[in-house]
Amino acid sequence: MMLSEFEIWQGFVVCISAVFTNNILLTYFLGMCPFLSVSREVKTSVGLGFAVIFVLTCTCALNWLTYHHVLVPLELEFFRFILFIITIAAFVQFVEMLLDRTSPLLYQKLGIFLPLITVNCAILGASLFMVIRDYSFVVTIGYGLGSGIGWFLAIIAMAGIRQKLKNSRIPRGLQGPGIALIIAGLMALAFTGFAGVLQGR
Amino acid sequence: MTKQSQAKTIAVEGLWRNNPIFRQVLGICSTLAVTNLVLNTVVMSVALVFTLSLSAATVSVLRKFTPRNIRMMVETLVIAFYVIIVDVVLKAYWPQMSGNLGPYVGLIITNCIVMGRCEAYGNANPVGRAFLDGFFNAIGYSFVLLIIAIVRELMGMGTLLGFAVPFFSGPNWDKWIIMVMPPGAFFMLGIVTWVFRAVQIAREEKT
Repeated sequence: MMLSEFEIWQGFVVCISAVFTNNILLTYFLGMCPFLSVSREVKTSVGLGFAVIFVLTCTCALNWLTYHHVLVPLELEFFRFILFIITIAAFVQFVEMLLDRTSPLLYQKLGIFLPLITVNCAILGASLFMVIRDYSFVVTIGYGLGSGIGWFLAIIAMAGIRQKLKNSRIPRGLQGPGIALIIAGLMALAFTGFAGVLQGR
Repeated sequence: MTKQSQAKTIAVEGLWRNNPIFRQVLGICSTLAVTNLVLNTVVMSVALVFTLSLSAATVSVLRKFTPRNIRMMVETLVIAFYVIIVDVVLKAYWPQMSGNLGPYVGLIITNCIVMGRCEAYGNANPVGRAFLDGFFNAIGYSFVLLIIAIVRELMGMGTLLGFAVPFFSGPNWDKWIIMVMPPGAFFMLGIVTWVFRAVQIAREEKT
C-alpha cells in the first residue's frame, strides 16, 4: 500500500468535513438514541463521547481491513452487515476486558458506556458509509476520527444546553425528547453554516 | 382474555399508547434521513414492517433454545438475517431505490426499536403475539414517519410521491428548502412528538 501525500491530505479533508459540514449526527441522524437519552449531564456525555471517538476510529479501520481483505476476495459483500456487527461487538468486548485489567481508572470512566456503544447506529453507519463511498484505508481512518469528534461535539453542546434547560418552563407535551429534538434542529441549522467552508472536498 | 381482545390491546399499545416514536422515542436514528421523500419513506416502512414482525416472531420461536447470556447476539443475527434479505431483494429489483436509501437499509439492524421489541416482548411471549406486537409497533412507527414525510415533501418541494401538488408547486408558494434539509426533519419530529404527547396528556386528564 503506497502512502502518498495526496492521500493523507484527502484523509485530513474528509476528517474536517465529517466534523463540521457532514456531521454524522446532525446531517445523517446517526446515533440519535444515546444522543437523546444520555445527554442530560455534561460529565457523562464527555465520557460517552470519548468512548465513541475511540471505538468509531478503530472499528472503521478494522472493518475496512476485513471488508477489503476478506469479503471482497471471497465475493461475500452482502455478508458485510453481519461481519461489521460482529467486529464491532467483539472489539467493544475486547476493549472492555483490556481496560478492566490494565487501567481501572479509565475503566471506571468509560467502562459503563462501552456496552451501550455496540448498539449505537453511528458506529455501524460510519462503517457502511465508508464502504459505499469507497474510501481508501487512510481516508477511512480520517473519516472515522472525524465522525467520532463530530458526534462528541454535538452531544456535549446538547448536554450543556439541556443542563440550563432544567430551570426553564416548557409545555408538558414538549418536555424531554420533544424539546431535545427542536434544539437538535437548531444545532443542525447552525452547522449548515459550515457548508461553504469545504467546497469541492 | 379472548384472543380477539388480546390482539386489540396489542394493536392499541403499538399504534397509540406506547407508540415507538412519540412514547418510547426509540429507533429514530436511521429513519429520519429518509423522510425527505414520501416514496423513500414508504419503502423504508415496508422494510421495517417486514423485519420487525418476522424477527420478533423468530426470536420468540427461538426463545426456549437460546442461552440467556448470548441472547443479544442471537437477536442481532436474526435481525441481520432479515435485513440482508431486504437489502438483496432491493438491490436486485430496484437498484435506484437501493442507492437512494444508501446505508439506511443496513442500519435497520441497529435500529433500537427492532432490538427493543425483540428484547421486551418477543423474548417472553408466544409466536403469534410476538408477531402481532412487532407488526403493530412497526405500523405505529411508519405512520408517524409518513406524516413527517408528507409535510416535508409538500412544503419543501411542492410535490407528493413526485407529483406536483396544485397550490404548493405554484408561484404563490415559496418552497421551504429548510424542510428537505436535515434541520427540517428535527423540527418536524419535535413538533409531531409535541402534538401527539399533548393529545395523550389531555386525554389522560379527562379520564
